[in-house]
Amino acid sequence: MKLHLKIWRQKDRKSEGKLVDYTLDNVNTHMSFLEMLDTLNEELILKNEEPVEFDHDCREGICGQCGVVINGNAHGPLKNTTTCQLHMREFKDGETILIEPFRAAGFPVKKDLKVDRSAFDRIISSGGYVSVNTGQAPEANTIPVSHEVAEAAFDSAACLGCGACVATCKNGSAALFTAAKITQLAILPQSKEERKQRALRMIWQMDQEGFGHCSNTEACEVECPQGISVLNIARMNYEYNRASFLKFKKK
Amino acid sequence: MKLDAKIPQGPLEDKWSNYKKTARLVNPANRKKLDIIVIGTGLAGSSVAASLGEMGYNVKSFCFQDTPRRAHSVAAQGGVNAAKNYKNDGDSIYRMFVDTLKGGDFRAREANVYRLAECSVNLIDQAVAQGVPFGREYGGYLNNRSFGGVQVSRTFYARGQTGQQLLLGTYQALMRQVDKKTVQLYSSHEMLDLVTIDGKARGVIVRNLETGEIERHAAHAVVLATGGFGKIYYLSTLAMGCNGSAIWRAHKKGAFFASPSWTQIHPTSLPQSGGYQSKLTLMSESLRNDGRIWVPKKADETRVANDIPEDERDYYLERRYPAFGNLAPRDISSRAAKERIDAGHGVGALKNAVYLDFSKAIREQGQAKIAEKYGNLFTMYEKITGINAYKEPMMISPAAHFSMGGLWVDYELMTTVPGLFALGEANFADHGANRLGANSLLQASVDGYFIAPYTIANYLADQIRVGAISTDHPEFEKTEKEVREKLDNLLNIKGTKTVDYFHKKLGKLLYDYCGLARTKEGLEYAIVEIKKLREEFYKDVRIPGESKTMNSELEKAGRVADYLEIGVLMCYDALTREESCGAHFREEYQTEDGEAKRNDEQYQFISAWEWPGGLDQEPILNKEELVFEFVKPTIRSYK
Amino acid sequence: MNTLSRKIVMAATGLFLCLFLLIHCLGNTQLFLEPEQAKLSFNAYSHFMTTNPIVKIISYVLYLSIIGHVVYALIITLKNRKAGGLYKRDNRGRASKWYSRNMGLLGTIVLVFLVTHFANFWYIYRFGEFTAVDANGNKDLFLLVQETFTNLWIVILYVVAMIALCYHLIHGINSGVRSLGLFHPKFVRWINVIGIIYSVVLCVGFALMPLYMYFTQN
Repeated sequence: MKLHLKIWRQKDRKSEGKLVDYTLDNVNTHMSFLEMLDTLNEELILKNEEPVEFDHDCREGICGQCGVVINGNAHGPLKNTTTCQLHMREFKDGETILIEPFRAAGFPVKKDLKVDRSAFDRIISSGGYVSVNTGQAPEANTIPVSHEVAEAAFDSAACLGCGACVATCKNGSAALFTAAKITQLAILPQSKEERKQRALRMIWQMDQEGFGHCSNTEACEVECPQGISVLNIARMNYEYNRASFLKFKKK
Repeated sequence: MKLDAKIPQGPLEDKWSNYKKTARLVNPANRKKLDIIVIGTGLAGSSVAASLGEMGYNVKSFCFQDTPRRAHSVAAQGGVNAAKNYKNDGDSIYRMFVDTLKGGDFRAREANVYRLAECSVNLIDQAVAQGVPFGREYGGYLNNRSFGGVQVSRTFYARGQTGQQLLLGTYQALMRQVDKKTVQLYSSHEMLDLVTIDGKARGVIVRNLETGEIERHAAHAVVLATGGFGKIYYLSTLAMGCNGSAIWRAHKKGAFFASPSWTQIHPTSLPQSGGYQSKLTLMSESLRNDGRIWVPKKADETRVANDIPEDERDYYLERRYPAFGNLAPRDISSRAAKERIDAGHGVGALKNAVYLDFSKAIREQGQAKIAEKYGNLFTMYEKITGINAYKEPMMISPAAHFSMGGLWVDYELMTTVPGLFALGEANFADHGANRLGANSLLQASVDGYFIAPYTIANYLADQIRVGAISTDHPEFEKTEKEVREKLDNLLNIKGTKTVDYFHKKLGKLLYDYCGLARTKEGLEYAIVEIKKLREEFYKDVRIPGESKTMNSELEKAGRVADYLEIGVLMCYDALTREESCGAHFREEYQTEDGEAKRNDEQYQFISAWEWPGGLDQEPILNKEELVFEFVKPTIRSYK
Repeated sequence: MNTLSRKIVMAATGLFLCLFLLIHCLGNTQLFLEPEQAKLSFNAYSHFMTTNPIVKIISYVLYLSIIGHVVYALIITLKNRKAGGLYKRDNRGRASKWYSRNMGLLGTIVLVFLVTHFANFWYIYRFGEFTAVDANGNKDLFLLVQETFTNLWIVILYVVAMIALCYHLIHGINSGVRSLGLFHPKFVRWINVIGIIYSVVLCVGFALMPLYMYFTQN
C-alpha cells in the first residue's frame, strides 16, 4: 500500500518545528507502525536526508518508550494499544497519516517525535516507593494480602509510564499516572506507614512539573495501553484529602 | 592465564555464609568517599545501585533508555523462581540447585548455582516488601505456578507481567535513592568505553544521547549490568536497544568473555513475516501448558491448518518426548521445531513456523476457561497477526532470547579486570549452557540485591586510601580520544548502505550457522563471512547526521560495529567446543536419535576468551575447569 | 494552592449549588398550582426566603459559591490551557463525552442565563420600582413572573440555558464527587446514575416553568 505521511520535524528543544510531507510506497499491511517508520528512515538515509527520530525499544507493548500521536490520537486509532503494537492493516491504501509527538507542558519535545518524560521519574522519586532497604524485608507470607487487593494493586501497578494519558488529556494532566502509583501503594498493607506523606509529596511534585488539572473527562483511561481506571484518580483525591485533613489535625 | 573463581571453602550450604562472615567491610563514614558507577538499570543494575546507595556509597547510575523503568527486564512475562516450598511439594534450596544445574546441562559452577537458589528465598521477601503485587491465593498467601523443566511449583508471578512488576519495584527503590541524593541518575546516556588505570577499572566514557556530548566519569569500581546481546541475531525477542557494547568494550580492556555462543533460542515466539520485520514478539511459554505443537506430516503442505485432518498432523514433541511432551525444555523444543522446519514441514507464508493448537484444550475446557488463562496473549496475538487463535492454531517459531554467555566473573561477580563487576545477564554466571524458565529475573535480582553489595564492599575495603579519582588522568584523556575517533570514523565512511542492512545480514549468518544447530564447516564459513561483512561495513555504511546531536543511527552503528566483532568470537566459541550441551548443539555430536551428546571428559570447562589485542589475531582461549563435588553430572533426558 | 485543592473548591461549591437548585426547584413548583392559589403561596414563600435570617445567611454562602465557582473555573481553565498540548490534527475527543470537555462553555451559558435571571427577578424584587402586592400584603413576585414569561425570547433563553445546565450538572456531579474522593466503583456507579436522574429531573422541572407560564397566558 501507499501512504502519505505528515511528520512533525523539530531540530531540538529550542527550535520551532513543522510538519513535513513524505510519501511511502510498498508498505506491507503486516508491518507494525514503527516498522513503517523504520522503512521510511531507511529511505531517508539513502536519500541523504536526516531520518526521523522516534522513541521505541521493546516493541512488544510493555516498556512504554514508544508513543506518538497518530491522526490526533495518542498511540493511534486502536484503543488500549501502544504505538508498537499498532499495525498497518489499520490504515487504508493511499491514506494520509499525520504523526506528531506527545504534547503537553510537562513533556517538552527533545527532537522530532521524541519527548522528555523525565517528569514522571521525578514524580516517582518524590514518594512513589516503599521505604524498605535491601535485606530488611520480613518473610513474605507474614503479610497476607487478599486476592482482591493484590489484583487491584496490580491493575494500578500495570502502568507503563508511556505518557499517553498526559498526551490525550486536554489539560495535559498527569493525574492518572500519579494516581495509579499512589493507589497501588495505598491499598497494599506493606506501605501504609508512608501513605499520607507519599500522597502529599507526589501531588506536590506533579504540580511542579507543569501538568494541568484533572477534569475527569476519562479520556486517559480509554487511551491508556493498560486501560488503567480513572477511579485511581478518585482514590488519589481521597488520599490527598485524607492526608491534608490528618496533617491539620496533627498540628 | 590461570582463572581463579575464588570459590570459598567448606560444604556447599555454607560457602556463601562463610564468604559473608569473612568478607571485608567498609566503615559507614568511609562509604561516601567511594564512588561506584553502575551501567544499566534493569533488575540487576537498579537493585545494585539502590542497595549501594542505601549503604551510603556515592553511586552514579547510567542507562541508555529515557528512564530506568524501561530496561528490558520489564518484558519478562512468566515469573520468578524461588525455593520457598509454599506449595509443600517437596521443594528445597538443594532441589532448585540441582534443577538449575541440570537444566544448564552441567556447565555452571556448583557454588554459584547453589547461592542463586539460596538467595531466591530472600528475593521474594524483598519484592513483596516493595509492594510488588504477586499473584495471591484467596487466603491472602502467595501463589505459585509451575514452569518448564521442573517437577515442583516454585514460580512466583504477577499475571503475565512479572518482569515489569519486579523492575518497577527496583526502579522505585532506585528513585528513592535518587531523591536522597545517594544515587545520581544519568538517563539517555550510553557507555562507550571503560577506563582502566594501572589495570583497575576506574571509570567510563559515556555519550549523552540527547546532546551528543562525550562525558568522563570516574569511580573506584564499575559495575556492568547491561543485559544480554541476543539482539545480535537482529531478529530476537529483545528490545531494539539491547546491545553488547558495554561488555564488549570492557572485554577489549581485559575482561574475559565466557561462552559467548550460548544463546537460548526461545521456542514460542511469533514467526518472521517479512524482511521489514524488526522484532520477534515472545508469546509466554505458559501457552505450552494447553497448546499442542504440530506440523503437517506432508512436506510443503498447501492446505490451511483447519483443513488438515488429525491423522495428517505430526505432534512431534509428543512423539519424540512422551514424558514431557509439549512442555519439553526450551532448547529441546526449539531444536525440534527447527528440525521439522528444515525438513520442509514449516508452515506460514515463509514456511518458518509450526502450529500451536488450542482446539483440543478449547474442546475439553471450553473457550471461556482458555480465555481466562491466556486471554491477554490471544488478544496480543490477534493485534499483531490479525488472526483469531480461538478459531485457528497460532503460528510460532524459535527466536533468539537469552545470552547465557557474558563476561567471565568469579564467585564475587568480578571480571578479570579488578574493580570491574558484571551482574545479571551481562555475566556468564549461573545458567550453564541453558537457562531454565523464570530463572533470569531471579539471577539478575539476586546478583544486584544480595551478592554484589557484599562482594563490591570486599573489593572497595582497600580502596579507601586511593582518594578521589580524577577524570584528568591521562588514561581518561586517551580513552576519550579513542572514543571520539571511533565515532568520527563511523560518520566519515559515508557509504551507501544503512546500519540495519549490516545488522540483518549478520543476524542471518549467525542464525543459520551459530544458532540452533552448528557445524564445523558452517562456523568456519561464518567466521570468514562475518569478517568480510565487517570490512564492508567499515567501507560502505552510511550514517547520517553528526555526533554532536541526538543521532539514533550513530548509536545503532556503534552497537552493530561491536556486534560484528562479537559475532566472530561467538563462532570461535562454538567451533572450539566440540560437544553438544544445552543450547549449544553441534550436529557432529549427537546421539542416534538426534539428542545432544555432551563430552564431559574433554569439555567440562568454561571457555573464557581473552582479547588478543587486535581483530586480525585469533582470540585466546582460557579454560576454567568445572569441578562437580556434590552432584554427579548425568545425561539430561526429557524422554 | 495545588491542582487538587482547586478542584476541591470547584467540587464543593458546585455540589452546594446543586443542592440549592433542588430547593429552588421544589419551591418554584408552587407556580404550577391553581393561579389564585399559586399567587398567594408563591409570594408568601418569596417573602419568607428574602426575610428569614437563616436563609439570608445561606444566601450569602450561595453568592460566594457562585463567585468562587466562576473564579476558580477561570483560574483552572487558564492554567489548563497552558498545560495542555495543541495538535495539528486533534481527534482526542473520541475518547470522552463532549460535555465533559466543554464545561467552561456550558458554564458560561449558565452564567449568562444567571445574570439575566437575576436581572429579571432578583434585582427588580429587591431594588426595582416594584410596588404590586397580593391579598396577603406580600410583594407580588408571581405577577412579575407572569409578565416576564410572556416574552418568547426570554422563554427560549431559559429553556436553552436549562439544557446547558443539565449537561453541566451531569458531568459536574459525577466529577465533583470524585474530586472529593469517592472512589469505590459501586458508589461511583450509583452516583453516576443518580446524578443523571437528578440533573434531568431538575432541569426539565426548571424548563417547564417558563414554558408553562408562557403557554398558560397565551
